[in-house]
Amino acid sequence: MLNLVDRRMGIFLAGLFLLTVAIPVGNLAMAGQPVPSYIVALLGKYLCYALLAVALDLVWGYCGILSLGHGAFFALGGYAMGMHLMREIGARGVYANPVLPDFMVFLNWDSLPWYWLGFDMFGFALAMALLVPGLLAFVFGWFAFRSRVTGVYLSIITQAMTYALMLAFFRNEMGFGGYNGLTDFKDVLGFSLQADSTRAGLFVLSALALAAGLLVSKAITSSKLGKVLIAIRDAESRTRFIGYRVEEYKLFVFVVSAMMAGLAGALYVPQVGIINPGEFSPANSIGIVIWVALGGRGTLVGAAMGAIIVGIAQTLFTSWFPELWLFALGGLFVFVTIFLPDGVLGLIESRLGRKAGPGAAAKEASA
Amino acid sequence: MSTQLLLDGVNRSFDGFKAINDLSLAVEKGELRAIIGPNGAGKTTMMDIITGKTRPDTGRVMWNQSVDLTRTDEAGSARLGIGRKFQKPTVFETQTVEDNIALALKEDRSVWATLFHRRSAEDTRRIGELLELVKLSHVAGWMAGDLSHGQKQWLEIGMLLAQDPELLLVDEPAAGMTDAETMRTAELLRQIAGRHTVIVVEHDMDFVRALDCRVTVLHQGHVLAEGSLDHVSANEQVIEVYLGR
Repeated sequence: MLNLVDRRMGIFLAGLFLLTVAIPVGNLAMAGQPVPSYIVALLGKYLCYALLAVALDLVWGYCGILSLGHGAFFALGGYAMGMHLMREIGARGVYANPVLPDFMVFLNWDSLPWYWLGFDMFGFALAMALLVPGLLAFVFGWFAFRSRVTGVYLSIITQAMTYALMLAFFRNEMGFGGYNGLTDFKDVLGFSLQADSTRAGLFVLSALALAAGLLVSKAITSSKLGKVLIAIRDAESRTRFIGYRVEEYKLFVFVVSAMMAGLAGALYVPQVGIINPGEFSPANSIGIVIWVALGGRGTLVGAAMGAIIVGIAQTLFTSWFPELWLFALGGLFVFVTIFLPDGVLGLIESRLGRKAGPGAAAKEASA
Repeated sequence: MSTQLLLDGVNRSFDGFKAINDLSLAVEKGELRAIIGPNGAGKTTMMDIITGKTRPDTGRVMWNQSVDLTRTDEAGSARLGIGRKFQKPTVFETQTVEDNIALALKEDRSVWATLFHRRSAEDTRRIGELLELVKLSHVAGWMAGDLSHGQKQWLEIGMLLAQDPELLLVDEPAAGMTDAETMRTAELLRQIAGRHTVIVVEHDMDFVRALDCRVTVLHQGHVLAEGSLDHVSANEQVIEVYLGR
C-alpha cells in the first residue's frame, strides 16, 4: 500500500487531507464562519470533477483510449443518485404523492416504472451508480474493442454515445424528468441537503472518494497490468504479438474507469442539487479531456489538479467576464498543448528538476 | 524430427491481387530457414497468415500437425508458441529495457493474473539471463526508446526469446544494421536455432550466407525454389526473377 504513495501522490494527498480538515472546521466550528457554505459546496463539486478526471486519465493517459463520452458515465451515476433523492422526497413534493415524483404525477402516470423500483433504498441506488455506468462501458467496450475500433474512430463513437443518451434523456417518456431532469431534493439518509453539516459531510466524502480513486488507479497502473496498458498505448500490435488479448485489457480498464466516473456523478448530484440531460452534452466530455491535458496526462495527480484548476478558473472567470470564459478555456487548451505537453504538473516538476509523465520519455525517444 | 509448421495450398488475394498463390511450405522442428524473395513476393503476408493476423482464402496452415492456425488470432498464435519480430523494431519505448523483457516473459496473460502479478526470483533470473544473451545488461534501466537501432532489434529478439516460443518469425532483422551488427545477429540466430525453430525473412544476401541454412525463394506468392543457398542461386528462374536484377 505504501509503495503506491510516491512523492507526487504523497504531496497531493497531504494537501487534500489538510483541505478536508480545514474546510469543514472553518465552516462549522469557527466563530464568524471564515469558510462560507457556498465555498464548501463549490469545492466539493471540484473534487467530484477531479475524480472524473482521474477516471479519464486512467483510460486515456495509460491506455491511449481517448474517450470523448466520459460525461455519460458521470451523468448516469448522477441520475442513479438523483433517482434515490427523488424517492426520498416522498409526500413532501408539490403534488404530495407518497410514491410518484412530481414530474410523473404531472405526466398523469399512475404507477412507478419498473426501472425506478429499488431506488428508494440508498444502498441499491449507490450500487446502481457504479453498476449502470460499468455495464454500459462493458457492452460498449465489448463491441468496440473486439472490432478493433481505435483512435479517432473510437473517440467519435464515444461522443455519439453520450449525444444519443442526451437526446434520450431529454424525452419525457423516458421517465427521468425530461428536460428539467431531477431536482428539488430534500434530504439524503435523513440529513437535510440544505444543512451546512450535510454539505460538509458530502465534501469530506468527495475528498475520500478522490483519494480512494487515486490510490486504486495508482495500484492498477503500477501493477504489471499497468505496464501492459502502457504497452498497448505505445505499440498495440506488438502487445498482441507477445500474446496479450488487448481487447480484454482495454475492457477491464474502461469498465473500472466508467464506474469511477459514476461514483463521481453520484457524489456530485446531492451537492449541486440537480441532474439534467445537459450533463450528457458532448461539450462536457470534451471539457474533461481539457482538464486532464492541462493538468498532465498519464500522471493521475495531474489530472485531478487540472480539474480543480479549471474549476476554480471557471468560477472566477464566469463571475468577472462571463462571456469570455469559453474563449479563455480554448486559449488555455491551445497554450498547454503547444507549450506544456506534460501539463501543469510537468511544468512544476521540471522546475524542480524531475521527470514527469509519458511525454518526457516520449520526447527523449523521438530525439 | 517432425514438422513444426506446414502450409498447404494456401491462397490469399487482396482486391483481386493474389498475394499468396498456392503456397506450400514445411518447416521441421528446430530448423533454421531463410526465406528470400523480391518485394511483393508475399513474405509479409505469409507471416501475417501464420500469426493469425490475416486469414487465408483457401488452404491449410497446421501447427505441430495438430492445431489449425487459420482459426487463431495474434494473441492466440503467440500463446501457442509463435513469436514474431517486425521489420521495423517495435519495442515499448516509454518503458525500461528490463520491463520490456518482463512483459514478454512466458507467463499467464489473463487480466487478473497480470493485475496481481508479483515478480518472482525466477523471473528476475530469466530477465538477467536474456539481457545477457542479447548484450543489453548494461542498459537494463534505460528507456527502450533511448536505445540505438541495432540495440532495439536485439531487445526485440530478447523479447521474443522471453516468450520461449517454439517458432520465431524474424522479419528482416539486418535492415539498417552495420556489417558487424549483421554478422552478430546471424550468429545469434544460429545459436537460437535447434532449441527453437527459426524462420528468417531477409533481403541481405551476405546475411543469408552467414546464416548457412536451407533457403526458400518466394516469387509472386509461390515457392520458386528451395535448397541450400548455392543450389537456389544456380536456379535459372531464381536468377531471372531475383538475383539477376
